[in-house]
Amino acid sequence: MSDLLQTYQQRLLETFGGSTIEHAGDVTVVLPAENILAAARMIHDELGFDYLVYVTAVDYWPQENPRFHVAYGFRSLAQKLTLYVRAPVSGIEPVLPSIESVYKNANWQEREVYDMFGIRFEGHPDLRRILMPADWVGHPQRKDYPLGYEEPQYSFNFDEIKARKPAPKE
Amino acid sequence: MGVEQKLGNMGVVTLKLEELVNWSRANAMWPMLFGLACCAIEMMSAQASHYDMSRFGMELMRASPRQSDLMIVAGRVTRKMAPVVRRLYDQMPDPKWVIAMGDCASCGGVFNNYAVVQGVDEVVPVDVYVAGCPPRPDALIHGILTLHEKVRGEKFKDWA
Amino acid sequence: MTQIQEVTLDEIRHLVSERALTGETMLLNMGPQHPSTHGVLRLLLELDGETIVNCIPDIGYLHTGIEKNMEAKTYQKAEVMTDRMDYMNTVGNNFTYCLAIEKLVGLDVPPRAQAIRVILAELTRIQSHLVWLGTAALDVAAMSVFLYCFREREMILDIMELVSGQRMMTTYIRPGGVWRDVPVEFETAVREFLKIIPYRIDEYESMLSKNPLFLDRTVGIGKISAEEAINWGLTGATLRASGPDYDVRKFAPYSGYEQYDFDIPTRTEGDVYARYILHIEEMRQSIRIIQQALDKLPLGPVRSNNYKFVPPPRSEIGTSMEALIHHFKLWTEGFNAPKGSVYVATESPRGELGCFLEGDGGPKPYRVHFRAPSFDNLQVLPKLAKGHFVADLVAIIGSIDIVLGDIDR
Repeated sequence: MSDLLQTYQQRLLETFGGSTIEHAGDVTVVLPAENILAAARMIHDELGFDYLVYVTAVDYWPQENPRFHVAYGFRSLAQKLTLYVRAPVSGIEPVLPSIESVYKNANWQEREVYDMFGIRFEGHPDLRRILMPADWVGHPQRKDYPLGYEEPQYSFNFDEIKARKPAPKE
Repeated sequence: MGVEQKLGNMGVVTLKLEELVNWSRANAMWPMLFGLACCAIEMMSAQASHYDMSRFGMELMRASPRQSDLMIVAGRVTRKMAPVVRRLYDQMPDPKWVIAMGDCASCGGVFNNYAVVQGVDEVVPVDVYVAGCPPRPDALIHGILTLHEKVRGEKFKDWA
Repeated sequence: MTQIQEVTLDEIRHLVSERALTGETMLLNMGPQHPSTHGVLRLLLELDGETIVNCIPDIGYLHTGIEKNMEAKTYQKAEVMTDRMDYMNTVGNNFTYCLAIEKLVGLDVPPRAQAIRVILAELTRIQSHLVWLGTAALDVAAMSVFLYCFREREMILDIMELVSGQRMMTTYIRPGGVWRDVPVEFETAVREFLKIIPYRIDEYESMLSKNPLFLDRTVGIGKISAEEAINWGLTGATLRASGPDYDVRKFAPYSGYEQYDFDIPTRTEGDVYARYILHIEEMRQSIRIIQQALDKLPLGPVRSNNYKFVPPPRSEIGTSMEALIHHFKLWTEGFNAPKGSVYVATESPRGELGCFLEGDGGPKPYRVHFRAPSFDNLQVLPKLAKGHFVADLVAIIGSIDIVLGDIDR
């Protein structure tokens, strides 16, 4: 890993506090959730990471504090660096600031995280469901949401399943 | 030696009206231009130069459900898409047929989860199921020929 | 079954302009069943006459729950789902997922397997660009290009079938290598294809590049500047048409791409025509890469011999007790990956395809997320479409090269 990236990570840690996780040679900076907008501004304007790669979340249920990690990937095309950032949040309906004002493509990415995990982004201009139907109940990618497994129909249980399987009108 | 010359000699052809109607329905079937997922690409292949579905009177894919007789459900049907598929089916004029192309449309395929309808037959009545993930264009053509066979054997009283 | 969602004006009030509320402009629904939205994309258009004032995409009609479903399967079994995600880039999806697993558990891939992966990934890129070219030309009313492109696509699918037994969903690339070595006919088949395809690409170009009808429909349509394109997170040909030469194959080479000599074509206009030219150019570069990879194709094993993660060859199972145990364990329980998360990106035909993979020490992935290139590329559509005609919107949707399976996953 390059020294430049290390100094950037140090700067982020000094300004906003937090810790680091290391795996497979990648260092992830864990920053407090309330600072994420300020951090994104610094990452974009001062450190020169002009391209947001992804926004996603991980659910650590049944662990309660922190229950979710919102993960970000930033990339600098000129410096050829990639910076991984995470922000831990907790609660049934966690809230953290939106970085849509800094990176335009965070708009849909954050909507997807909201749809799938129920994490609200404060200051997002259009926080609606994006993938699921608007009247869907629950947030499918949470760990406490069931996969929705349906029993396959074999010859031995054919009649039993056929009785409850919905059939269309002609 | 086409049918014209033969007709010249015979003057008249007699057959059941039912057979004539079914023959014409089977040989000029207009599928709906409607693809959902991976299978739609193979459906395009079946339409394109190599497999050329127009050999079976099916080169005309209509984008409007009002003008089509056959719905090829090519791909997985999700819970969000299912009402739309049903509405498209309702908009098609009778007589109409449905081919469930691929495993996802037939039974859910590898996806057994919250988002995917386990077989499009929960939403619309299906006439022919084509297996494969995705089915080869030849498999789709086989499915269509099977449907043609079915249409040729249909009875008027079933439609009434 | 849920009913079709009827959108009330209140829900979209903040998305449309004031004039839509007074009825001065018209709201028009396009899709999800529409021949030129390349799948099940739904657009809500606000029109002033024929001019687009606002364009609101509505996606999710193909949301398959792949990310969640993969969490319920072991690492190897989850791989079949990745094929069906971006169905034009099936090999590339396996590739990304396998690279992520290999990075997560620290697995090495033999050089022969790496070269085979590169050849197949580039063949898939050509195949995807051919379908793109055919359908995008169809959108601007050039029917015959479609028939020409599908002719060559069949040759690539035949090669895929030769190596894996399946035309599209190959699942040929596996963690730690590839499924099995390519058959002996593989090299001849690919060389035969390489002999033909350059002339065929010239043929497509002769039909479109200087065709005045095509130029009228594409030049100056759907422009975006380089800074905006980066800020919107565009990748692939959509980004490179505006100027930046960002390509993951050069930015962070993977699987031996650094050994091959190829260029990243760029344009500065940022319009539909520039994207078309880039797709054509990229096919030529892919041919160069395949040529080099095939010339240098090393001999040796095609799978890692780390039997903790890679199943041993069938021949060993009959003679070695240990191989039998490994085989049994891998196909029942799966392998355990360490706790931690990785992000790996590859260059798909549409742009940066990334895989965010988190393990929890068990045999199943704890969280899989795919950074889909089409997802970000589609976001910019309202911006590109504003002020153009509805007919141009069709050309723009075609040019940004979206695959709905990739967007909705």
